Amino acid sequence: MQDAITTRNLTKTFGSFTAVDAITFHVKKGEIFGFLGANGAGKTTAMRMLCGLSFPTSGKATVAGFDVATETEKIKRSIGYMSQKFSLYEDLTVRENIRFYAGIYGKSRAFIREKTSRVLQQLRLENEADKLVGALPLGWKQKLAFSVAIFHEPEIVFLDEPTGGVDPVTRREFWNLIYEAAGDGITVFVTTHYMDEAEYCDRVSIMVDGKIGALDSPKGLKETFGVNSMDEVFLKLARGAKRSDG
Amino acid sequence: MKILWFLLEKEFRQIFRDPGILRVIFIMPVMQLILLPNAADYEIKNIHITVVDNDHSSYSRQLISKITASGYFKLEHYSTNYPGALEDVEKDRADLVLEIPPKFEKQLVKEDESTVFMSVNAINGVKANIGGAYLQSIVEDFNREVRLKWVQFPRFNPQPVIQVTSANWFNPLMSYKQFMVPGILVILVTMVGSFLATLNIVKEKELGTIEQINVTPIRKYHFILGKLIPFWVLGLLIFTIGLLIARVVYGIVPAGHLFVIYVFAAVYLLAILGLGLLISTFTATQQQAMLISFFLMMVFILLSGLYTSIDSMPAWAKMITRFNPVTYFIEVMRMVVLKGSGLRDISGQIFTVLLFAVFLNGWAVLSYRKRA
Amino acid sequence: MGKSQFLSFIKKEFYHILRDRKTLFILLGMPVVQIVIFGFALTNEVKNSAIAVLDQSKDDATASLTGELDASRYFEIVASLKSAAEIGPAFRKGKVKMVVVFPPGFGNDLKHLNNAQVQLIADASDPNVANTLTNYANAVIMGYQDRVNQGLKLPYTIKTEYRMLYNPQLKGAYSFVPGVMAMVLMLICTMMTAITIVKEKELGTMEVMLVSPVQPLKIVVAKAVPYLLLSCVNIASILLLSVFVLDVPINGSLPLLVAESILFTLTSLSLGLLISSATGSQQTAMFISLTGMFLPTVMLSGFMFPVENMPLPLRVISNVVPAKWYYIIVKSVMIKGVGFGAVWKETLVLAGMTAFLLLISIKKFKIRLS
Repeated sequence: MQDAITTRNLTKTFGSFTAVDAITFHVKKGEIFGFLGANGAGKTTAMRMLCGLSFPTSGKATVAGFDVATETEKIKRSIGYMSQKFSLYEDLTVRENIRFYAGIYGKSRAFIREKTSRVLQQLRLENEADKLVGALPLGWKQKLAFSVAIFHEPEIVFLDEPTGGVDPVTRREFWNLIYEAAGDGITVFVTTHYMDEAEYCDRVSIMVDGKIGALDSPKGLKETFGVNSMDEVFLKLARGAKRSDG
Repeated sequence: MKILWFLLEKEFRQIFRDPGILRVIFIMPVMQLILLPNAADYEIKNIHITVVDNDHSSYSRQLISKITASGYFKLEHYSTNYPGALEDVEKDRADLVLEIPPKFEKQLVKEDESTVFMSVNAINGVKANIGGAYLQSIVEDFNREVRLKWVQFPRFNPQPVIQVTSANWFNPLMSYKQFMVPGILVILVTMVGSFLATLNIVKEKELGTIEQINVTPIRKYHFILGKLIPFWVLGLLIFTIGLLIARVVYGIVPAGHLFVIYVFAAVYLLAILGLGLLISTFTATQQQAMLISFFLMMVFILLSGLYTSIDSMPAWAKMITRFNPVTYFIEVMRMVVLKGSGLRDISGQIFTVLLFAVFLNGWAVLSYRKRA
Repeated sequence: MGKSQFLSFIKKEFYHILRDRKTLFILLGMPVVQIVIFGFALTNEVKNSAIAVLDQSKDDATASLTGELDASRYFEIVASLKSAAEIGPAFRKGKVKMVVVFPPGFGNDLKHLNNAQVQLIADASDPNVANTLTNYANAVIMGYQDRVNQGLKLPYTIKTEYRMLYNPQLKGAYSFVPGVMAMVLMLICTMMTAITIVKEKELGTMEVMLVSPVQPLKIVVAKAVPYLLLSCVNIASILLLSVFVLDVPINGSLPLLVAESILFTLTSLSLGLLISSATGSQQTAMFISLTGMFLPTVMLSGFMFPVENMPLPLRVISNVVPAKWYYIIVKSVMIKGVGFGAVWKETLVLAGMTAFLLLISIKKFKIRLS
């Protein structure tokens, strides 16, 4: 089976600072891949390179079979992205946001109309469809942002700390959405701080100081480190880190 | 093409969803256009004059009454001495002091020659010049009357005389409003258009929504066009409202074709908006963008020839005006509105501004980076 | 709260300003560039105007008169027309501002009939320029006539002697420098204060500060202090440039001029505060403080157009434009060299405005809190 994402020695430096240091990994098609690391470990930078928002300094990577250095516009057709910063337009309504983002992916009006009602139903937002997004509670906004990110049915979706600041119940609902997406065959690449969420992933990589400190299934990681929870795995790895939250 | 529609739909929705900014965009120019041209009256009248009459003769009184009767001068007050009169100038009560020396009349009659003194507040050089010239011509007129009384001139001119007649074309009533309203309209459209365009992309940067756009396969020129077109429409709308105000409030009916005006306005707006978008792609915050745009606008507007004649500027400033789109629009507006110039007369200006538009928008598309 | 807390707020504001190099560069560079550009380029003098000649006589007299017009600093002959039909198109092309028409037989009439005629046709779309050019051309022609008449002294002549006070060379900079000072200080201070506060509102950091034990008034003051200092730098650079580059003297007391400038800066800062308390978004704040303030400041302060010429309603409105008062003060102190005694009224008006603006904005601020 072909890999959704491959990287080989992918590196990004800012001046003398190496944010991402020659990372190499593969993400299989259809898996939920957790991308963990302390603040400042280089997760977001790595993800931005994969999404074509940032030029790699050296190394190679492919996303959906396309080269991130040269074929970003092709990559963008095949991916969805949900950034850490909430990025729907607060002064547009729920329906208008969906319509806009689906529109710029070139989806037909009929497709948009049909799928919008399905998504609204799924999110139970039918009554809020014509409300301004700015007026929604944070949890709903995040779920909406996720649905918008996969609306155009991408092969891979990148989620950058999608559940930050969201209550546990909504987080649970959010993960149900992720499972559904994975069930539809979408590869999910997700960064998170929550170790319980790491347990939901098929495989997890943990970044330390710009490098990949460990990569395995949650079960495998716990066995390797001889501990009972992902929390402990993370702490063991993170303790050795030179840079931490700055 | 379809993608562009979605972009346009979104931009228009956002513009019309913010009533605060919409009010400001429309009401501010309308109010200013109704009020401000009335302030722009350069005709020098109401020159305040203080007189120091040391002669108190019938001639000195005749001269003074001739001055006050002329309509240009307002007699501020009689002062008994020069220092007192100077104080009027210091306190801005008088622009000009006329000093008539003692024995003014006697010397004129007995010695064929007499002198009056004028002191002009010359901080505003033009006003000083013109005020002085008016006063001078009144004194000369008075001189001629005096002379006629004493000397009988022969029927034919004893010396050669050149008679000068003058005519004022295009604006025979010498109305300053005819001249200023088209210019002020240009400025208002320019400011609104460029500020809107400048703030727009950078606002998306601040809010972070631009990231979400950048991960989509959208083409750069689509994105820029999506920003350009709504403001272009808005700019033309404001321009149209302005033309209506010019007609209803000031009775200004363009001597030339509206079509010519709109052709130029359409091209011009593309250039100005392109400049705004370019600034927007280069800056990180709305504050920065606004400052840069404001700085450029201030230079453009004050060097546009709206207030002061470009002919009088030094060579380097004239060079700047050649790269100033605002200059061209003001020039064209005045040409078409007042003189009825046609497309052929303004083809040079259209071509130049078109070049600006292509250059600025092209640059904006190139410098808008989807990734760093 | 202690003094150190207050100082830490001011420091934070300074960091914001100093971090953003682009903005800082513009804030400090803008006045410099502007004063230089406008000091040299802005003049409402009319010179080197393009004119055309329609000479239907073509004799010695018209040739020498044309030569004199061209030699004058006011005119530049750019075209020689062949028929009256060319006058209209010449104007419509835009460059020619006046056409001098010599009728056939001009020189002959002058020599033998002692009476010749010349017609000046001005493009009056700019009435000011038309008027001035007609006057200048008249003067050149009269000068020529006098030279033809040379030697003839007329009886009963009243001579006039001029004294140009304050600005004997009639430099444009003398009236524009005070105007540009008013404009730059006003716009920078108003806009920057308005924006920084609204920005904190937009980002939500204002709430963080409001829940801190610092009094709201002090927060507002802390935001204004750095801009006040920045303005002092601007005042200094403007004055230095005026004196050393533009040769505009400071005839009055420098401390008085600086004090008045700081007062005016305070007025502008308070106006910015008011705008910020009345608006919710940076965009609106910027629009009001720029689009809303720029033209009124330029047009109603008296620096472009004489206030006394305006219709009554505008003269009344011009009184609420702070720049108008500051412009009078700067002109008086800097160029006329008068003392405080001559400008205390204007000073009082500015001080009153400042107090009034501050009062309203603080009141608005408090309402938001309760």
